[in-house]
Amino acid sequence: MNTPLFEALLRLGDDRLVLGHRTSEWCGHAPILEEDIALANIALDHIGQANLLLGYAGTVEGAGRDQDALAYFRDAVEYRNALLCELPKGDFGVTIVRHFLHGVFSVLQWEALSQSTDPTIAGIAAKALKESKYHVRHCGEWVIRLGDGTDESHARAQAAVDQLWPYTGELFMQPADEASLVSAGVSADVSALEGAWRAQVSDVLRRATLTAPEGVWMQRGGREGRHTEHLGHMLAEMQIVARSHPGAQW
Amino acid sequence: MVTREQVFAWLEEVKDPEVPVLSVVELGVVRDAQVAPDGAVTVQVTPTYSGCPAMRVIEESIAEALRLRGAPRVTVQTVYSPAWTTDWIPEAARAKLEAYGIAPPGAVVADDSLVPLRRAHAAVRCPWCKSTRTSLQTEFGSTSCKALWRCEECRQPFEAFKAI
Repeated sequence: MNTPLFEALLRLGDDRLVLGHRTSEWCGHAPILEEDIALANIALDHIGQANLLLGYAGTVEGAGRDQDALAYFRDAVEYRNALLCELPKGDFGVTIVRHFLHGVFSVLQWEALSQSTDPTIAGIAAKALKESKYHVRHCGEWVIRLGDGTDESHARAQAAVDQLWPYTGELFMQPADEASLVSAGVSADVSALEGAWRAQVSDVLRRATLTAPEGVWMQRGGREGRHTEHLGHMLAEMQIVARSHPGAQW
Repeated sequence: MVTREQVFAWLEEVKDPEVPVLSVVELGVVRDAQVAPDGAVTVQVTPTYSGCPAMRVIEESIAEALRLRGAPRVTVQTVYSPAWTTDWIPEAARAKLEAYGIAPPGAVVADDSLVPLRRAHAAVRCPWCKSTRTSLQTEFGSTSCKALWRCEECRQPFEAFKAI
């Protein structure tokens, strides 16, 4: 098995699976009908991307695990998503700000990976890039509307930025075991994306009259399987049906 | 002996479950097909959206349609590259979409900006009264591939295929 490639695919897939599941928690609860449908669609795109990435991870591993086995039968310590993705969905402001912060990262990451020398990764990335672009557009518009909106929406959007910012640094910490994949052009160095991410994010925050905190300690651990307590609770809900009835078909 | 042309002709009768006016060939989901010397048929499909829940049904419908018409063995393969685009939907199929009440997609416009707020939309024509005085309500409609629009002329809501 190509272990670094398997791990790299888990990082890509788990980010989308966990964020997709968190977003799906809004289904039936969003503030307006259009937003309920939008968040359900965004969740679906993320889970679809995870489906492709984890499916490929299973093939690379060669141990007979498919995407469902990887999604439903791994424990929190085996998940490789960034901590940002697993935090509770919070209020609508937290959900939107998180999708915006992660979405801009995703667009840059897919853009780089669409040039991957691995044709499967390049194909998935080119497809996901189109989807992430309209997610970012949707959430970016909301960030401005909330930040530059009423006193209440501004306060909540600013609180969301303050809460989430310490979790953004992990996105750009390049895992050491990916060095050979990066030099072979299979993977993309995430640390090289930070400058472009900051420029895009600052531009929207400025238009939204929001400010990013400075000099905060950046949390990390998700990429190594050290998660917040929130992931275990989320997985318990996400995995219970598959684990209670293993192999069930309908 | 089945020919590649025959396979395509048969697949023209397999409709998208969510947009039943379009065949899987017109939609651009079917990318290619080969017939082996022993008659085994292989069809390459590409998903529209990563999370499109109709893809599984589409793959099963393709395999079933070909088996019913006598193909001995059918394999449906998924390819991701090049990524699906609405530019593949031919003119005749666009007319069918409009007649069905769904505004067809415009040409895909290259978009370099990441956060193109106040995005300029190409005029979308109301499939009912044909007015172009229309406005986007939400980019997320009843399926991944459609957005919700409203006609300012006849005041009817309608769905439009997103250009992607």
